[in-house]
Amino acid sequence: MQTFKFTVNGKQRQVTADPGTPLLWVLREDLKLTGTKYGCGISACGACTVHVGGIATHSCVLPISLVGNRPIVTIEAMSQDAIGRIVQESWVEDDVVQCGYCQSGQIMSAVALLKSISSPTDKDIEESMGGNLCRCGTYVRIRQAIKKAAAQLPKGGR
Amino acid sequence: MTPSERIALAVALLASSAVWLGVTGTPGQGQDTVKSHMNRAAGLAAWQQLYSVMSSPRCIDCHTASAYPQQGDNRHRHLFNVVRGPDGHGVAALQCATCHQSANADSTGVPGAPGWHLAPLSMKWQDASDNILPSAAVCKTVADRSKNGGLDGAAIVRHHQTELVQWAWKPGLRNDGAPRSVPPIGYEEFMKATRRWVSAGMPCPQ
Repeated sequence: MQTFKFTVNGKQRQVTADPGTPLLWVLREDLKLTGTKYGCGISACGACTVHVGGIATHSCVLPISLVGNRPIVTIEAMSQDAIGRIVQESWVEDDVVQCGYCQSGQIMSAVALLKSISSPTDKDIEESMGGNLCRCGTYVRIRQAIKKAAAQLPKGGR
Repeated sequence: MTPSERIALAVALLASSAVWLGVTGTPGQGQDTVKSHMNRAAGLAAWQQLYSVMSSPRCIDCHTASAYPQQGDNRHRHLFNVVRGPDGHGVAALQCATCHQSANADSTGVPGAPGWHLAPLSMKWQDASDNILPSAAVCKTVADRSKNGGLDGAAIVRHHQTELVQWAWKPGLRNDGAPRSVPPIGYEEFMKATRRWVSAGMPCPQ
């Protein structure tokens, strides 16, 4: 067991865990941030997506020992993030969610996409969201909500 | 025949040519020509060692000609709809770094090394149908500075010393817990071959 210090949603946190423990379990079990979901455990579904150092990251395959000093942001902080809030509001307006299990991961990837590309094309959305599966098939509404959110963002980048 | 035996045979064959050239040419010219031929032969033999590594799955999987990387020893298309993206690092919300970190994650089977990314298309070592290009074609991309990112011989040696290249010999565990396969020759032998090929002028097979 080792002690690790890192920043989650702007707060310094410290946990003692086996170095190989996936970040997902540290978030859920140690820090009780249960908005991030366990789906497949092999990086195949994206339900566990968080931002690590600004990059959408599948936390189920990231050992805590490799986080280093990169800040972690989870779904719990999205309502305080300018783009995150717009995306969440679009999600609600378009009634995207069905069962909802994958949606925190979907939103984290959508926010990462919009932080990089403020006016994504259909291809951009397909490629960037390709790592996030939804068994309820909400893809059409996800795309619609991303476009609605993009329309509200200040333009400047791509 | 081992790579070392192949090199020895090539040098022996050239030595017998040397006798012939020594007899038919002027003494000075003959010796220079022989030296040049022997150097080229040694360089080509070294290149074949490099090719055996570069065409192995740990390297070739990310030197594709397609819009996606490959995975595994059978070089199947990378799962999860992973795509190359504009700079070989994936796309905005699905980057290589979404899963691949700075080191192997043996607890989950995800490989990693600093700077994990796809080689640029100018350094593709496969054709559009995912067939591995022949030795001569791969050699040309590696030696051609207009394709290899402007690397001269010394820079190629340095590139082969990067952690990303060295990862091929320390590829960690697959998600079933079994070790990943490694290239057919060891890293030290690969580096010696790199230096021999570079010092021979980076010759390529015809």
